[in-house]
Amino acid sequence: MVMSKGTLYDKIWDSHKVTTLPSGMDQLMIGLHLIHEVTSPQAFASLRERNQRLRFPNRTFATMDHIVPTDSIQRPFLDPQAELMASTLEKNTKDFGVKLFDFESGKQGIVHMIGPELGLTQPGMTVACGDSHTSTHGAFGALAFGIGTTEVRNVLETQTLALSRLKVRRIVVSGELQRGVYPKDVILKIIAELGVKGGLGYAYEYAGDVFDHMSMEGRMTVCNMSIEGGARMGYVNPDETTFAFIRGKDYAPNDFDKAKAYWTSIRSDDDAEYDDELVIDGSTIEPMVTWGINPGQAIGVSQPLPSVKNADDPATAADAFEFMGLTESQSLDSISIDVAFIGSCTNGRISDLREAAAILKGKQVNSKVTAMVVPGSQQVAAQAEYEGLHHIFKDAGVEWRHAGCSMCLAMNPDKLIGNQVCASSSNRNFIGRQGSPTGRTLLMSPAMVASAAIHGHIVDVRKELPE
Amino acid sequence: MNPLVISSVSGAMVPISGNDVDTDQIVPARFLKEITFDQMGDYLFYDARRSDGVLDPDHPLNQSQYAGATVMLVENNFGCGSSREHAPQAIKRAGFNAIIGESFAEIFSGNCKALGILTVTLPKDELNELFNHMLHGMSDQVTIDIDTSTLSVPSVDQSFSVSIKAAHRRAFLDGTWDELSLLKVNDDKINELASTLPYFQW
Repeated sequence: MVMSKGTLYDKIWDSHKVTTLPSGMDQLMIGLHLIHEVTSPQAFASLRERNQRLRFPNRTFATMDHIVPTDSIQRPFLDPQAELMASTLEKNTKDFGVKLFDFESGKQGIVHMIGPELGLTQPGMTVACGDSHTSTHGAFGALAFGIGTTEVRNVLETQTLALSRLKVRRIVVSGELQRGVYPKDVILKIIAELGVKGGLGYAYEYAGDVFDHMSMEGRMTVCNMSIEGGARMGYVNPDETTFAFIRGKDYAPNDFDKAKAYWTSIRSDDDAEYDDELVIDGSTIEPMVTWGINPGQAIGVSQPLPSVKNADDPATAADAFEFMGLTESQSLDSISIDVAFIGSCTNGRISDLREAAAILKGKQVNSKVTAMVVPGSQQVAAQAEYEGLHHIFKDAGVEWRHAGCSMCLAMNPDKLIGNQVCASSSNRNFIGRQGSPTGRTLLMSPAMVASAAIHGHIVDVRKELPE
Repeated sequence: MNPLVISSVSGAMVPISGNDVDTDQIVPARFLKEITFDQMGDYLFYDARRSDGVLDPDHPLNQSQYAGATVMLVENNFGCGSSREHAPQAIKRAGFNAIIGESFAEIFSGNCKALGILTVTLPKDELNELFNHMLHGMSDQVTIDIDTSTLSVPSVDQSFSVSIKAAHRRAFLDGTWDELSLLKVNDDKINELASTLPYFQW
């Protein structure tokens, strides 16, 4: 039974409910719909077949991210399939009257980067996109979640979705994070505690001192990976940090005070009731690293790898050891890497690039490692270049690329080769995720990736930080 | 009667073992570079079925005794990861109508429902029993009666009580698993709500 009362989740759900459908599901209004080239063409084709239009065309925004090559964005793309995806999105957005942030706009990027950057993502909204990492936008105090292509069609055509209400789990991270511990480590710790299916049926509300003091970029990193813990969405209640981030953005509301009043009203009440609660002492969290084949198989950097016998799921742990070529109780710093990837909707923001640059400044990437930084958006790239971060990366021997999803899921030419091991700031260490069926992924914070790139193996970034 | 009404699903089962089978395994991302779903059935478990590029005889989907199976038997948290509808599209286009497992990822099971693929859950012990039966060569038809939430396995003369999400059960029995027409009926209410949501006016 769903019990939560007075939470942000309950307030936004209730205010966006059109009606209850005969199935018992609620029909919910979608305030912001984001689309990209991979999961939208089949939905537009369905509208075309039946001669339908968009119900609220000014509530859908588009960009290209998954298939974008990061070495050259010269058109036509070398890959004819990628070019067809790009040109199909261009045609669909033009024909159906949807705003597209393309390469010429200077505002292209990963769909979960550009919503916040443009001020499109705001508190008190429902946000949907045909991508599971839509949970990112929950950082603003929105109900934001991934949908399938049939649902993309439903939003295009009705601006609504049929959904079942979730339970709400409050996750409190108290205290203060150690130096060298980042939002990425916080969410990897939460997933390690609750497991990759711990969030099934739940929305996560992130709260406590650590989130109160966290930047919007950090909150986005945490909310982004809610789905890796099985929770379709996660959110942080909006506060002054949220409002300050939105102020001045392209799509920020004109009457900001009026907007703030609404945004404040949808915060969870002090006496809100939750279906479940978890408290974690933030000061005990170490830099985290995944060693296995799902994001829950993560340990603190000073910990030895587990044994199959003591793992939460021994069968999956055995599969993971075999696939990864690792042994029980091995130490993380004994694991060498071949590739270092900094980017993705999890950790491709300017703060991530600054943290990586702080580690790489004046250093050299290990000669056995191929390292690349892929900014999450053109705006992030421009800001990084303005700050000179790209020089730090290039001087260290790191490739500086164009914006896109890149090696997070390898739908573009950036792929692991054979059974290479990649230290990655992305979100999924699934088998084959980074483009090679035998490629191996270790997830960690951008600063940890940068440290591993220098040393050629996993190291504890807390020992690497400049004084 | 509404031709979309589904009151029961029957077919032979194929066992796909493993917890947390993600949608990248069901359809690797490189096969998402197509603008239609037409070919997705060919890509189902593409890498998992192969070893060094060659079909692996140990994978159940490559074994002749499971050819023609339409019901997939899976374990815990099946379909986790990406929201790509390509995964259930591949499953449907490869001929499957139902998946029996211990649990399913949220977005995945919703995507299945939208395509008319039934997802039902069984407690771990009973699921293991079914996997064991399969190991011992059980290969005949099973039937899931949606109205009574019963899985019948005639070859071992057993029936199991399965769980079906209430909203899914209703949608299959009513033939409304594709919700579009239900959503469109309420267009006046959509207009009304759009005029009251604060940020729709900004």
